[in-house]
Amino acid sequence: MGRIQLKRVQKKFGDVEVIPPLDLEIEDGEFVVFVGPSGCGKSTLLRLIAGLEDTTSGTIEIDGSDATATPPAKRGLAMVFQSYALYPHMSVRRNIAFPMRMAKMSREEQDRRIEAAARSLNLTEYLDRRPGQLSGGQRQRVAIGRAIVREPAAFLFDEPLSNLDAALRVGMRMEISELHRKLDTTMIYVTHDQVEAMTMADKIVVLHAGVIEQVGSPLELYRHPRNLFVAGFIGSPKMNFIEGDEAAGHGAHAIGIRPEHVDVSTTEGPWRGTVGVAEHLGSDTFIHIHGIPGCDPFTVRAPGDVAVSHGDAVFLTPSAPHIHRFDAKGLRIA
Amino acid sequence: MSTKASRSAAKVMISPAVLLLLGWMLVPLCLTLYFSFLRYNLLQIGDTPFAGWENYYWFITDPSFKAAIKNTLVLVGGVLAITTVGGLFAAILLDRPMFGTGIIRIMVIAPFFVMPTVSALVWKNMFMNPVNGIFGRVATSLGFQPVDFFGQIPMASIIMIVSWTWLPFATLILLTALQSLDQEQLEAAEMDGAGWWNRFWFIMLPHLARAITVVILIQTIFLLSIFAEILVTTNGGPGTATTNLTYLIYVSSLLQFDVGMGSAGGVIAIILANIVAIFLMRMIGRNLDA
Repeated sequence: MGRIQLKRVQKKFGDVEVIPPLDLEIEDGEFVVFVGPSGCGKSTLLRLIAGLEDTTSGTIEIDGSDATATPPAKRGLAMVFQSYALYPHMSVRRNIAFPMRMAKMSREEQDRRIEAAARSLNLTEYLDRRPGQLSGGQRQRVAIGRAIVREPAAFLFDEPLSNLDAALRVGMRMEISELHRKLDTTMIYVTHDQVEAMTMADKIVVLHAGVIEQVGSPLELYRHPRNLFVAGFIGSPKMNFIEGDEAAGHGAHAIGIRPEHVDVSTTEGPWRGTVGVAEHLGSDTFIHIHGIPGCDPFTVRAPGDVAVSHGDAVFLTPSAPHIHRFDAKGLRIA
Repeated sequence: MSTKASRSAAKVMISPAVLLLLGWMLVPLCLTLYFSFLRYNLLQIGDTPFAGWENYYWFITDPSFKAAIKNTLVLVGGVLAITTVGGLFAAILLDRPMFGTGIIRIMVIAPFFVMPTVSALVWKNMFMNPVNGIFGRVATSLGFQPVDFFGQIPMASIIMIVSWTWLPFATLILLTALQSLDQEQLEAAEMDGAGWWNRFWFIMLPHLARAITVVILIQTIFLLSIFAEILVTTNGGPGTATTNLTYLIYVSSLLQFDVGMGSAGGVIAIILANIVAIFLMRMIGRNLDA
């Protein structure tokens, strides 16, 4: 059971309002990702839910009961920290056992859960090592193991993959997703990486300066961003924004068009520009094009075998149904 | 510092300092060893015949030797206990954010900069004097009999004075160690259901183990040779109640003018200090390489 509700939750550090009052509902079993640029308050929000910070006002309900004043240990939540926060002087076994030891669980039950967690996380042969003797990915798994054995109502992850190298990150991303399928427990995951958010989440919460910009499934956010911020933040490479006459022609203050929704041609098209940098990734080519009025550079995602190079003149054709229109306040025009 | 030439040049450059230090250490050591086997009393002018183990025999069988060993251990043990436990406590308090942190920290470290003779005299005359001292005045004003510190509880009084000097040292080292503790570990422990005591016992104390080892080792080395505090307060008395090994050596060589006996005591002190050092290294040294 892990239904978490935030009602008018606000956080101030001194006079600085980090999180203006916000409401959020997290359903049982959901994988929710808080995503936003650094300093947007996503970690603070997670720490409020964990109980490591006190709310300035508002209430946090876990499974229908008010947990605003409940100490962190009593909330039934487990957290995985960015630095893993393993206890360096304890073996892996004792690290994983620590929360159960604090809960005064019986020896047999502890051993049973440690074995089970170690097996599912491939840690069995490392149980007697110290954290210092493990690699980054293994430490990460120990931290997850320490969270699993408590059988919490919800897992909280605070940027857990940001200390891993790129290849390992992809692997751990899958492992955490699979863990979620297997345990079917609520997970709240904080990241600044929109790729992690898109690939793992059932529901993404986009935060900007403490304010929730949009809540929705990954594809909802991709297809129907509610405002300019979400439109620019979700999707890689970033959406292109065009202001001025071209946008006015579509009856909007600004229009947005994703790099993958533009056709490139060397012969014809409504927009004409010159190629600046072409990044050949093999499967795709990202072309940065100069000279499009209202947007410089304009990024296009073209097939991998497209033959353009620096200085070439190209013509662009946007795909009409994929043009996003925004008004002067930056909100989406339906 | 990697080429062969630069390494050998370094050896040549460093050798005068090494030789000087070696001589500085070896000459007094050898002279002490030499004197310890002579019948050499400054009051008996004339020759200094070879005495064999006689000096050692008389030094060890002297009843005050046993007392001195006991006193040395009590003094070192007492001060270590007070300073490590008290220092731990003070460090945890000082680690909390509070008003005027900088000034308070400087005030806490201040006693360490007061030289031993001065601090002992201040304590003797301004605090512990039964008539004029603050403790005596407070006791009298409350209607109690004032305590004659150096008469009734001489060893405890000296332990108190020495602890006052060394508490800041322990506090400072432990505070720095405490500040290097990863806050996320404490938060993780909090999430894991550990209360304050469990966080202290399972997270903070193991983290501080190395710093505590350093405090104990360094303090032991200095506390074995406490002398000034005893000289200006109790002169080793009453009787031999506060005579430690260092003070006993001083008594034999400079009050009884028996250079031979004093040297024998010195050699015994060196041996004992090394035994303590080996014992300590064995016991807590493993904390240092973990």
